[in-house]
Amino acid sequence: MGYPAVLASLSGPGSSPLPPHVKPLVNDFSLQVATVNGSGSQTANSVLLRAIFQMGIPVSGKNLFPSNIAGLPTWYTIRLSKDGWIARKRGHELLVAMNPETAADDAAAMGPGGVLVWNDAIPRPSVPEDRIVYGVPFAKIVEPIVPDAKLRRLVVNMVYVGVVASLLSIEMKEVEAAIQGMLGRKKKALEMNLAAARAGFEWAAANLGKRDGLRVERMNKTAGKILIDGNAAAAIGSMFGGVTVVTWYPITPSSSLVESLIGFLEKYRRDPATGKNTFCVVQAEDELAAVGMVLGAGWAGARSLTSTSGPGISLMSEFAGLGYFAELPGVIWDIQRIGPSTGLPTRTSQGDVGKLATLSHGDTRHVVLFPSSVRDCFEYGMLALDLAERLQIPVFVASDLDLGMNQWMSDPFPYPEKPIDRGKVLSAEQLARLPKFERYRDVDGDGICWRTIPGTPHPAAAYFTRGSGHNEAAQYTERPEDYVRLVDRLAKKYETAKTLVPKPDVEIRRGSEIGLLAYGTTHWAIVEAREELRREGIDPSTFLLRALPFTPELASYVAAHDRVYVVEQNRDGQMADLVRLEVGAEAGKIRSIRHYDGLPIDARSVVEGVLAAEREGVAVR
Amino acid sequence: MTEAPSVPKNRVGLAKAEYRGGKSTLCPGCGHDAITSSIVEAAFDYGVDPQRVVKLSGIGCSSKTPAYFLGRSHGFNAVHGRMPSVATGTFAANRTLIPIGVSGDGDTASIGMGQFVHLVRRNVPCVYLIENNGVYGLTKGQFSATADVGSLQKGGRKNELPPIDCCAIAIELGCGFVARSFSGDPKQLRPILKAAFAFPGTSVIDIVSPCVTFNDHEGSTKSYDYAKEHDEPLHQIGFVPFWEHVDVEIAPGEAKDVEMPDGSRLRLQKIKEEYDPSDRLGAMRVIHEARAEGRLVTGLLFLDPKKRTFAEDADLVEEPLSTLPEERVRPPRKVLEEIMQGFRVGSA
Repeated sequence: MGYPAVLASLSGPGSSPLPPHVKPLVNDFSLQVATVNGSGSQTANSVLLRAIFQMGIPVSGKNLFPSNIAGLPTWYTIRLSKDGWIARKRGHELLVAMNPETAADDAAAMGPGGVLVWNDAIPRPSVPEDRIVYGVPFAKIVEPIVPDAKLRRLVVNMVYVGVVASLLSIEMKEVEAAIQGMLGRKKKALEMNLAAARAGFEWAAANLGKRDGLRVERMNKTAGKILIDGNAAAAIGSMFGGVTVVTWYPITPSSSLVESLIGFLEKYRRDPATGKNTFCVVQAEDELAAVGMVLGAGWAGARSLTSTSGPGISLMSEFAGLGYFAELPGVIWDIQRIGPSTGLPTRTSQGDVGKLATLSHGDTRHVVLFPSSVRDCFEYGMLALDLAERLQIPVFVASDLDLGMNQWMSDPFPYPEKPIDRGKVLSAEQLARLPKFERYRDVDGDGICWRTIPGTPHPAAAYFTRGSGHNEAAQYTERPEDYVRLVDRLAKKYETAKTLVPKPDVEIRRGSEIGLLAYGTTHWAIVEAREELRREGIDPSTFLLRALPFTPELASYVAAHDRVYVVEQNRDGQMADLVRLEVGAEAGKIRSIRHYDGLPIDARSVVEGVLAAEREGVAVR
Repeated sequence: MTEAPSVPKNRVGLAKAEYRGGKSTLCPGCGHDAITSSIVEAAFDYGVDPQRVVKLSGIGCSSKTPAYFLGRSHGFNAVHGRMPSVATGTFAANRTLIPIGVSGDGDTASIGMGQFVHLVRRNVPCVYLIENNGVYGLTKGQFSATADVGSLQKGGRKNELPPIDCCAIAIELGCGFVARSFSGDPKQLRPILKAAFAFPGTSVIDIVSPCVTFNDHEGSTKSYDYAKEHDEPLHQIGFVPFWEHVDVEIAPGEAKDVEMPDGSRLRLQKIKEEYDPSDRLGAMRVIHEARAEGRLVTGLLFLDPKKRTFAEDADLVEEPLSTLPEERVRPPRKVLEEIMQGFRVGSA
């Protein structure tokens, strides 16, 4: 029997009725694939994700991987949500157990009605009676398709794709299209993987009687959309933002940002006439050098960026202060992972925000952008470069592993309509018309002074940049009043920044006493949590914070509610503390909900946090 | 600004005064001030365009000096030991700039060693000066990593750790221009500086520059007296810029002419023995022997004028990246559409 016939037989009226403990779930569940790192399951998991996406069902894919090349356990979770929720969901309803080490725990994590697809070459995990177990002889199915035993280990993953497709009614033509899309250029691999998926599908259709309630049904909610990770989106944004100097030191989870950027730049930013690069990428010796290069390049007029993660941010601290104090443009992406120290290098977090706000010694305040979506990553890729040059400062973009490395649905990114902003730069012609040029004179009253870039062909262009005390004419000074005037002007510039950073996205529920506040990826958990809270009789407002410095909307939001829950992914409630400092007298209204186990935050955690605090009538902290 | 007609101008039409900078705040007699004078002379003689020069430094006495020369050039006093990364970024932004990096022995051989070696490794065009006095001056006389074994601190403490030789390290890393000189020998230092301006990659010049306050006493190997007594020039160096044609017969074996990529020539006149600056291993041997015997061997230690530079490796367009217009750095709409198409998945 070919697979179309199988499909017809499965979806036909002949399907057996479900036992009472098995609830039907259509397009609203999570499936988890548990494999061993390095076993080549990534392509297979992406095929599953794409096939479901192609059937029009909103999906999100999250890769939970170890800091390891091969041998440690790895999981991939796909959430299907007919309602379009894209935050992580706690737990899973279907498990593909390929890894003997974790099979027992993974299976135990499923509730009644859970579906276990178990590789019969590993010991069978014991599960309660009300779970549905399908044993699959993966080795036997893949053997005739792949003669080479080494290759078999990789291709076997595509067999579970077929098995899952059969069980869930994922259309084989979409599975095939996804395989084609991923492996289309590699003919041999393509054929082998297609055969493996079909074999899995056919074997399951012929041998597994469907006894569970999970099903995928075609919808129309993904038409025209793209699937992309935040790091690639940031890379695309940066290229269209006109980045010219890129420096980096490899670190998970930020490496893929620069790696994809290199790919795009090499393809699209070579001079058509000469074939030479209109960009310069330098793999630095460490993050200190990476940020030094970025600030040197920014000083010299390049649009420059580097990308790193927490440990790199720590190393960049001294230069961050120089950049703030000497007013040097540059963009620093922080794809956060959980720390301190090495922490869990492949798990997500929002644990750097407190540090970023004032990174470096002395009085320092930074502009930090918080992308919550891949679209934000694209937009901030451009915006951060503009802001860095407009404000003449290092601008930080605090993304995280979940956003940076996982696949997110999005509408395609629109072409930028606004021209690139190079900020206040004086040309030789402008200098010729000026009676005098002083680098650090606030002639416009916004705290932002005019600069010249090295190489400007005018004798008055030069000035001396230093991290030590300096006056308006950029001369060394230790006079107390000069220092105070300088740092007060920098504070004024920070005020100006409030008018330039992206404003929050606020949804006020009239009459609600409760407000939720989140930033970055946490946003997706709070919008979903809001719906659940409504069912509990709580209808909170929401506030998506997009940047530091805080804008006046924050104070209004806190003033309009009795209790504001700041939800974030770190242990100490770092943003909650920053908010408390900002709102001063109203700090007592701020409550903190924190999620910090390295997994992306889920809506349930938010709901539970709010309900517990509301019931007890006391602050969580 | 009008100059009296008697004031001599160089090839770019500037007087020497226009190569000077602010007043030095270093101790009177500091070796660094002598180096500053040599930079002014060499830049004037060679006709460096100050508007294309960027003066970069880290932290320390040496790193203050960029404020004292070439007042018409942009300057950047960065953080301790990190000038090389700033120089790299600056050059990446604008390959038409001429970076002069001024560092010290602490700034290069201790806190900045990592960045120094990577600047050299990348061959970022930069005249890299190490104003080497063997001590931390600004913090009042602690030993630096270039202090010789047995050298005495002002208070009498002896240095027991072996010195780091930045020239030997640069040669080992494949640097194409490595020289050592002495602040008290401007006749040697100036032609070396001019040759460095004519050199397209990283030029490392280690200059013994005594600290009159903390390291100029008996028992120090970085004092004026010690340097004068032990200075052994490898050759007499003459620099003939590319726009001058001097055809002087050189007796075979007495001198050696080396051509720089811009057409300038270095004339190395034999003093005692013939020295071949293209011989990397020979240079290392001379450095090691000199150290063992307590001699200060100065001159052009190694030269490879054809070494590939950072700009070539990065395959940069000829123009500065910093001023490329928007249409050259923001790809057109159809490129974004093409990229988006690549992220659209599906059979539809």
